[in-house]
Amino acid sequence: MRNLKVPEMITDEKLIELYKQMWQIRFFEEKVDEFFAKGMIHGTTHLAVGQEASAAGACAVLEDRDKITSTHRGHGHCIAKGAEVNGMMAELFGRTTGYCKGKGGSMHIADVEKGNLGANGIVGGGIPLAVGAALTSKMKEEDYVVLCFFGDGASNEGSFHEAVNLASIWDLPVVFICENNQYGMSGPVKEMLNMENIADRAGAYGIPGNVVDGNDIIAVMNSVDEAVKHARGGNGPTLIEAKTYRWKGHSKSDAKKYRTREEEKEWRAKDPIIRLRDQLMEEAIFTQEDAEKLREEAKKEIEASVEFAKQSPEPTLDTLMEDVYA
Amino acid sequence: MRELTYLEAVREAMSQEMRENNDIFILGEDIGVYGGAFGVTRGMIEEFGPERIRNTPISESGITGAAVGSALTGMRPILELQFSDFITIAMDQLVNQAAKLRYMYGGKAQVPMVLRTPAGSGTGAAAQHSQSLEAWVAHVPGLKVIQPSTAYDVKGLLKAAIEDDNPVIFYEHKLLYKTKGEVPEESYSIPLGKADVKREGKDVTIVATAIMVHKALEAAENLMEEGIDVEVVDPRTLVPLDLDTIVDSVKKTSRLVVVHEAVKRGGYGGEIASAVAESEAFDYLDAPVKRLGGKEIPIPYNPDLEKATVPQVEDIIQAVKETLNKKIG
Repeated sequence: MRNLKVPEMITDEKLIELYKQMWQIRFFEEKVDEFFAKGMIHGTTHLAVGQEASAAGACAVLEDRDKITSTHRGHGHCIAKGAEVNGMMAELFGRTTGYCKGKGGSMHIADVEKGNLGANGIVGGGIPLAVGAALTSKMKEEDYVVLCFFGDGASNEGSFHEAVNLASIWDLPVVFICENNQYGMSGPVKEMLNMENIADRAGAYGIPGNVVDGNDIIAVMNSVDEAVKHARGGNGPTLIEAKTYRWKGHSKSDAKKYRTREEEKEWRAKDPIIRLRDQLMEEAIFTQEDAEKLREEAKKEIEASVEFAKQSPEPTLDTLMEDVYA
Repeated sequence: MRELTYLEAVREAMSQEMRENNDIFILGEDIGVYGGAFGVTRGMIEEFGPERIRNTPISESGITGAAVGSALTGMRPILELQFSDFITIAMDQLVNQAAKLRYMYGGKAQVPMVLRTPAGSGTGAAAQHSQSLEAWVAHVPGLKVIQPSTAYDVKGLLKAAIEDDNPVIFYEHKLLYKTKGEVPEESYSIPLGKADVKREGKDVTIVATAIMVHKALEAAENLMEEGIDVEVVDPRTLVPLDLDTIVDSVKKTSRLVVVHEAVKRGGYGGEIASAVAESEAFDYLDAPVKRLGGKEIPIPYNPDLEKATVPQVEDIIQAVKETLNKKIG
């Protein structure tokens, strides 16, 4: 009998898959970081290295029909919701094979058909969209739940408060998951919020609020699973706060003057991927060799996505005016 | 034919569409038993129930986002904002979300929603409840913008807006709500992007929007007594704009006056005037294009001051006469 307490749909195979998925997210982000540094892709990007557990853990308990809304730091959410890394990398390269045919870039990867309602360049912008999607679920009796990712910074936007209130009064099937990575760009949570837990804001809207260790994928899964069941049962939304840390800067140009290297070191020691690896080895769900093999597979898949992206065609100028209107 | 008010025509269009399609619902503040700030949805909650006539909290950003999110996932929401001035509070959801999702997502999404909202001055509601900000939204690719001027048009254009797969901003003029016109009982649709020549004439073209259509028609009647024959073109939709009808009219009359209630500076009249100047109609112009718009001030409260802020029939008559007396070159 194992010690890991996980939701009933999470099999050993699923745990192994999640371990690999977290490496996919990590390698994807590191590759993107490398390419930006080399000037191989343009624009900007926001990386979620260190936050893999909240994305992978939260999406792990969803059904295929469930939906998510994401943020500017959304690559991990996309991968966790089942996006193809090829299409994601191609999008960052601005190619026609990208999720948005090269028109969206890093901040707008979406796959509406598959339930990813999109990353969002506006902080807090996606939260009301999640509520609208949940309203569709309720009105059309489609029985899906919407998982709404946002950050600590977004919890200070009016859109957050309006949206959570709406979801609460209408008992909508939404799970609000705040990835508190400690900084809104350079603004420390401690300076921007006069309360210990963002999850405590749930009380203002009469819904449950839970705090979880965002670097513990098992804790994230259990908390989100409970919230999803609550939502699917017609009981309305939950606000979950996953406390975590972004290892990299806010975006590609960030000297990180607002925090210490000691603090970064402390959080790096809480690597969510290594944590799951150790748990799975302890439970004899896989061996160190298995773990190493999965890590290598993930790495190869990301490298293959780079090749796919590089070989994909650039959009032609005749597509410029397409798709403004339906 | 049967007559309806503009307000009743809006309600009838929504009711008829809602009977045909369960995906259509209305959300907005006080639209339930209260019937909406102007009474447009009065009686609808009794027929359609509180799920589809969905009363919301006072959260313009949140409810606009909820409309966008529901449209993105298969519903066809009609969002009522009590006053068009409140669009300012909903701007992110409208401009950064609704307008852009389809393009940003590479064409793999659509946002079929209608935002209906009363605009314009003349009710004594002063600066924060009387604006005409249609140029703001007309500037944003991805949105469609409609300004119906008659009961007949408002019914047909609203059906077209509801059937459209894009976000449509539908401006209803407060002072037009009580105006009456012939409106067929059966459902009908007026294509977006089709201007209407409200009065044919040969001497001067007036392009007027919303309530200014009526003022232009009144000015035209007065001018006819002096033998000046004015053509009044109502674009009806700003986006898409039926430039062909305007250009054809200017080619015929060789003179153009553009009139709207919105502040003249940066108003949509500038777009219409420039588009005509860039078109083949330029060579036909016998006088500079004349623009009439609201004064560059917030709308004041005092009735005389309020009236003096926006173009009146006399101003239009004056502008037409100036256009006739002025020759280029």
